[in-house]
Amino acid sequence: MKLLESEAKAVLRSHGLKVPVGALISAPQEVESALSGLGLSGGVLKAMVFTGGRGKAGGVKLFDGAAAGAAIVKELIGTTLVTHQTGPAGEVVNQLLLEPKTAIARELYCAFLLDREANTPVVIFCAEGGMEIEDLAENQPEKLLRMHPPVGHDLWDFQINRALAFLGISGETAKEFAAVVNGLWKVYQAEDASMLEINPLVIDKEDHVVILDCKFIVDDNAEFRRGHLGNTEADKTEAEIEAGKWGLSYVSLDGTVGCMVNGAGLAMATLDLAVQAGLQPANFLDVGGSANEAAVTKAFEIILTDPKVEVIFVNIFGGIMKCDIIAQGVINATRKLSPKVPIVVRLQGTNVELGQKLLNESGLALISADGLVDAAEKLSQAAKGGAR
Amino acid sequence: MSILVNKDTKVVVQGLTGKAGTFHALQCAAYGTQIVGGVNAKKAGTTHEGFPIFGSVHDSVKATGADVSLVFVPPPAAADAIVEAADAGIRLIVAITEGIPVMDMVWARREVERRGAMLLGPNCPGLVTPGECKIGIAPGFIHKRGRVGIVSRSGTLTYEAVYQTTQLGLGQTTAVGIGGDPVHGLSMVDVLRMFNEDPETEGIICIGEIGGPEEQAAAEFVKLNVKKPVVGFIAGAAAPKGKRMGHAGAIVEGRTGTAEYKKNAMRESGIIVSETIASIGELMAKALKA
Repeated sequence: MKLLESEAKAVLRSHGLKVPVGALISAPQEVESALSGLGLSGGVLKAMVFTGGRGKAGGVKLFDGAAAGAAIVKELIGTTLVTHQTGPAGEVVNQLLLEPKTAIARELYCAFLLDREANTPVVIFCAEGGMEIEDLAENQPEKLLRMHPPVGHDLWDFQINRALAFLGISGETAKEFAAVVNGLWKVYQAEDASMLEINPLVIDKEDHVVILDCKFIVDDNAEFRRGHLGNTEADKTEAEIEAGKWGLSYVSLDGTVGCMVNGAGLAMATLDLAVQAGLQPANFLDVGGSANEAAVTKAFEIILTDPKVEVIFVNIFGGIMKCDIIAQGVINATRKLSPKVPIVVRLQGTNVELGQKLLNESGLALISADGLVDAAEKLSQAAKGGAR
Repeated sequence: MSILVNKDTKVVVQGLTGKAGTFHALQCAAYGTQIVGGVNAKKAGTTHEGFPIFGSVHDSVKATGADVSLVFVPPPAAADAIVEAADAGIRLIVAITEGIPVMDMVWARREVERRGAMLLGPNCPGLVTPGECKIGIAPGFIHKRGRVGIVSRSGTLTYEAVYQTTQLGLGQTTAVGIGGDPVHGLSMVDVLRMFNEDPETEGIICIGEIGGPEEQAAAEFVKLNVKKPVVGFIAGAAAPKGKRMGHAGAIVEGRTGTAEYKKNAMRESGIIVSETIASIGELMAKALKA
């Protein structure tokens, strides 16, 4: 789960890290009181969105005076920011974060994330903040310093020293830098983060270290011990929230083929099949191995009520999941909602005969596919309107 | 021959008394696997569905000579269960549990390694050596003993590959699911190495997905070491960037995690890349005929 910058900074603050004190703004008239509350005459307003690259898209603005601030709020609230990460749909701005301006002397980069090759977290430093780190990693890897911090302990002194030398930091700032980096590493572990990125990590004109921006992603698997952080559902669609309640793994996509599959791998391969048949998937849906009839029915209802969906593909390889349970769920939801769209069903594996029998005897106009190749062909025909 | 497990393998089930543990212990036993008991500290000395229950993995190993453990323990205690098994001298730990925090796996993996044990999973379907032994949650009846080794990050895609190779009469030596989590035990390369050294395995099917560096390492290994035909598949070409596709590990973060990048790495290493999940079996049949 991703946190917004404001949420992320609140978490850092709760662990004793020093972060800029700001205020959340959702209407122009709130600027004046926020400024006086913070003891400021001007500041910076930042769009609270999940995407990176918001600065370039006009989502970060400096201002002087409450009137100028209010004008920016009026302009930005409700707009859609389109960045290289959001895709054409963009992300709507609902809130802004007002913070003091920072007199920036240097912009650095610091991030903790999982190194999947080494199976342990890695810390990455770069002397140039605000850069596209992915591009640097590929084209100029010598500009990045990567080290594996010891799990359960502060970074080794030699690691801190290497970072200081690499970034060219000395004097009093060095002590502050070490405290910030070790503080971030502590938060990463304590909150089960999968990514904690400070970009930029700023050295201001008074030689202090400032956590200016923060991208924070936490491991959903650790929610049982960490509890909720931030607004879990802020970056989810309604269908995703509804599916989550039923223990279904669902991701909304832009296309027209509604997909219901068991298993994450098969669900991905099914989207690929649809694309190869010249179609675009409307969703990723893994019903999992242990869903009961009610959950399968719900899953199919979610797909049937998606207005984008023009054709449906049910692709099941019954292992633990029994084909008759899937069949019954499909029948229940179809009877309830009487969909107008064609439904292609491919069943294989545990209890396949029983599942097929249920579908055949249901009297519903379902298109049975025999194998994956046949399914892809029938899907393509159905999408063109040829199948019914 | 087969890899990792055979008819002599003795399996203790951690979490046997739970719903999933009970169901699958019975299914594995019905397949012919030697399930020698379960572990539950609170029910030590009792029996459950005919299986003796031990208070610790250590006790079960002492009493039964178990060399493999099968883990169904829920996420909050799963890492602990994995390390306990390694500490008790278990040779291979098969962790089915889905949803273990990544930081738990970071240290559990290390503790297992330090004790010289092997870990398969977590968040995996387990493994099957057809006709001898099934450890995990795969549907047994689709398997057939034969010539192909299968390694996969996905459960259901393992079943697809098993089913197709069975239908085509090729059969499997062993089918191994390494799991969909970002930090796990045996890697694709580890399993490829075993299949490469197994004389009964004539061809290898290698099923990957978006996210992470495993398939690239597997491609490099195949290029340098493997003479047997290898058919590869990568799921997730149609997945959008930055979205987690069911598996915790299936998320494209950088350029190198994309399906296209991985397929290219495979092609350049001489792996026969199957463009759809439907043609994996056929491509292997063709490669084995050539």
